[in-house]
Amino acid sequence: MIAGMANPQRFLEFSGWALPVAGVAALALFAVGLPWGLHYSPPDYQQGEMVRVMYVHVPAAWWSMGIYAFMAGASFVSLVWRHALADVAARAAAPIGATYAALCLATGSLWGAPTWGTWWVWDARLTSMLVLFLTYLGYLALTFAIEDAERGARIAGVLCLAGAVNLPIVHFSVEWWSTLHQPSSFIRSGGSALHPAMLGPLMTMAGAYAAAFAALLFANMRAEIFRRRALAAQRARARAA
Amino acid sequence: MIAVLALFRRDLAIAWGAGAGPAAPIGFFLGTVALVPLTMDAQRASLLESLRNVGIPVIWIAAALAAFMILERLFQADLEEGGLEQMLLSPAPLEALVLAKALALWIAVGLPLAAAAAPAAIMLQIPAASAPLVSIAVAVGMLAFIGAGLVGAAAAAGIKRAGVLIALVSAPFFAPPALFGAAACEAAAQGLGLGTPAFQLLCGIAVLAAALGPIAAAAALRLQAE
Repeated sequence: MIAGMANPQRFLEFSGWALPVAGVAALALFAVGLPWGLHYSPPDYQQGEMVRVMYVHVPAAWWSMGIYAFMAGASFVSLVWRHALADVAARAAAPIGATYAALCLATGSLWGAPTWGTWWVWDARLTSMLVLFLTYLGYLALTFAIEDAERGARIAGVLCLAGAVNLPIVHFSVEWWSTLHQPSSFIRSGGSALHPAMLGPLMTMAGAYAAAFAALLFANMRAEIFRRRALAAQRARARAA
Repeated sequence: MIAVLALFRRDLAIAWGAGAGPAAPIGFFLGTVALVPLTMDAQRASLLESLRNVGIPVIWIAAALAAFMILERLFQADLEEGGLEQMLLSPAPLEALVLAKALALWIAVGLPLAAAAAPAAIMLQIPAASAPLVSIAVAVGMLAFIGAGLVGAAAAAGIKRAGVLIALVSAPFFAPPALFGAAACEAAAQGLGLGTPAFQLLCGIAVLAAALGPIAAAAALRLQAE
């Protein structure tokens, strides 16, 4: 499957039907998950209606981390096997992951203000998500700055893998530091198990975010393949002229 | 081995002798530190106490900013003037050559800057007895900063005016050393010395950065040369 996708033509054929399938799945899951989570699910006995932010926030947090893991895997495949489309996939995933991370930070802040009484705390999870967002921004800025897009994506792949080593170190560093400085945390780790009535909409939304990621990833990758082809055709015509 | 030593000596000479040498980053470091009291209210009776509270964070922020600056030129000249091709042709592994460059930069600029951290600490009202300990911690921290910044410096080497980009790319990698470094200095200022877990973790991060940074930077430099 991964090796087969190294052929851009085969990927274009695959994504030609996979992109609309993922797009329709994302729209359908959002159409079910958003009303279910934001209206029909039960309010929390402690947080009341505020708990509904969870259905937007938690899937964004999960998938912003999942997308970075996907990028690190794709970068590894690109560097080790020189897979033709792996660096395209990593580069195409980055803006989606950055958007999910920004959405997670923004909704988390909006959730924290009424429930914790503060917009922001410097605990391990929030700081790690902020550092993840900055890592995305650094990766994107690097790919924008390098003129040759193909070389830029491969060099940024090295940075992506280094970031994958760095992020757990940051997480455990901040955990150590915040337990040293902040004896009482606002966040209960784990907390009470989620009620099944909340699990349904949460999982639907997680599926919607995943399908949206797949659709946007395929669209970004197709655009990049066509861009590279157009560039190659321009060069060929300039050489012929 | 001869190639590694030769590159180490060459980079040491460049970092120490070319331009203003370590004077420019040290001047930048002290200038940044000196701006902090000026942004505070001089009339307030508690100015010195406020300085004491922010002193150690300010020293670490200024040291991190100075590290961003010195990283910008680390690979730029090698890429422009063909030094990188020579490094790739050399029988010595590229990782060892990058480590030699990083250590040369640390010795020529990082250690003098760490020495300048002691007077800066005293000016920021940190107890004078612990100022040498702050210097030692900043010396270890500069090794961690340089090691952690290598991959960003190598990845951005081909780009004109890459300074801000290197800072953005390297900032996530600077978080652990900055955190442990400041915690180690805070403990030292409270009279706990340098035997604290924070200082030990700072040393561990520095060793990790100096070990893994050259591997990642060498991978990026090989792609730069393609």
